[in-house]
Amino acid sequence: MMNLLRLMSGRTATAPVARERLQILLAHDRGLRGQPELLGLLRAEILAVVSRHVVLDPEKVVVRMERGKQVSTLEVDIEVPNGFERSIAAAV
Amino acid sequence: MAQVLVVTSGKGGVGKTTSTAALGAALAQMGEKVVVVDFDVGLRNLDLVLGAERRVVFDLINVVQGVAKLSQALIRDKRLENLWLLPASQTRDKDALTDEGVGSVIAELRTKFDWILCDSPAGIERGAMLAMRYADEAVIVTNPEVSSVRDSDRIIGMLDSKTVKAERGERVEKHVLITRYDSGRAARGEMLSIEDILEILSTPLLGIIPESQEVLRASNVGSPVTLNNTNSAPASAYVDAVRRLMGETVTMIVPVERKGLMNRLLGRRAA
Repeated sequence: MMNLLRLMSGRTATAPVARERLQILLAHDRGLRGQPELLGLLRAEILAVVSRHVVLDPEKVVVRMERGKQVSTLEVDIEVPNGFERSIAAAV
Repeated sequence: MAQVLVVTSGKGGVGKTTSTAALGAALAQMGEKVVVVDFDVGLRNLDLVLGAERRVVFDLINVVQGVAKLSQALIRDKRLENLWLLPASQTRDKDALTDEGVGSVIAELRTKFDWILCDSPAGIERGAMLAMRYADEAVIVTNPEVSSVRDSDRIIGMLDSKTVKAERGERVEKHVLITRYDSGRAARGEMLSIEDILEILSTPLLGIIPESQEVLRASNVGSPVTLNNTNSAPASAYVDAVRRLMGETVTMIVPVERKGLMNRLLGRRAA
């Protein structure tokens, strides 16, 4: 029936395209929602914990969230300066 | 116990005010005592859709600021004795509404009415936040169109996090109301189907209001759709929606306008 109607109207159905675009877009939108707060919080706390033991440049701490269909991954990238043991020694 | 219901959408022009007036009138017709509250400060229109624009003296902001008593600002409908309007102000002062002020007005309305319908402004700013703030349930008005569905999703997220109920760990009961639906176009694959929208928003359906000339006709004369032409397709769709709000189980159909043969053939399809 749908195909017949479509043939009669001589146009292609655009609703499936709308549906697919929305699904992709909303997966992204929902991933972003509330995330700035969470990532900011995680970053601040990770920085605080690591800084107790290692002298860090706060700029070099990157926390990233990758949302997947089944699981999501949290990526924490901390750049530690060479000879950081010495900075601990100095700090202690 | 009084129910506070917000009619919201995110996107503008989808039919929030039309739906607030129609749902409010239908509830009042069923014997419920109803107040419809316009939260669209600066761009009030609910008074116009209800045909009460020349009777506005005091408004929501006057009440919030203590300039007028609630009883002075409430306008009783001339056709339905159970229906009242609390109009918005035309001032453009964005900060005139405060959280506490709105809270105390809603609390007072709860003691006087069965239903408090809050007509939200478009957007996700302060006005929209305050309209939903004290809601027990929400009607999310959505058009079968990508930008409207996206904004509805955003609003659903806000209802789940920014309302008093959400902050208490409770849930605002949410319903999707699809307006301007054209079952013929949906059947031809030219318009998102009901199933598509519900799957994407994962929120239960309250009703499907068909695209209809009756909606414009009713607003032209300042009468809620459900009152202006009770036999019209959108009127019966709104009445069905209200019966569902009241807890009745009503079969979901898309009322079809009686027109040409072709329209009827196509119209029946997606119902």
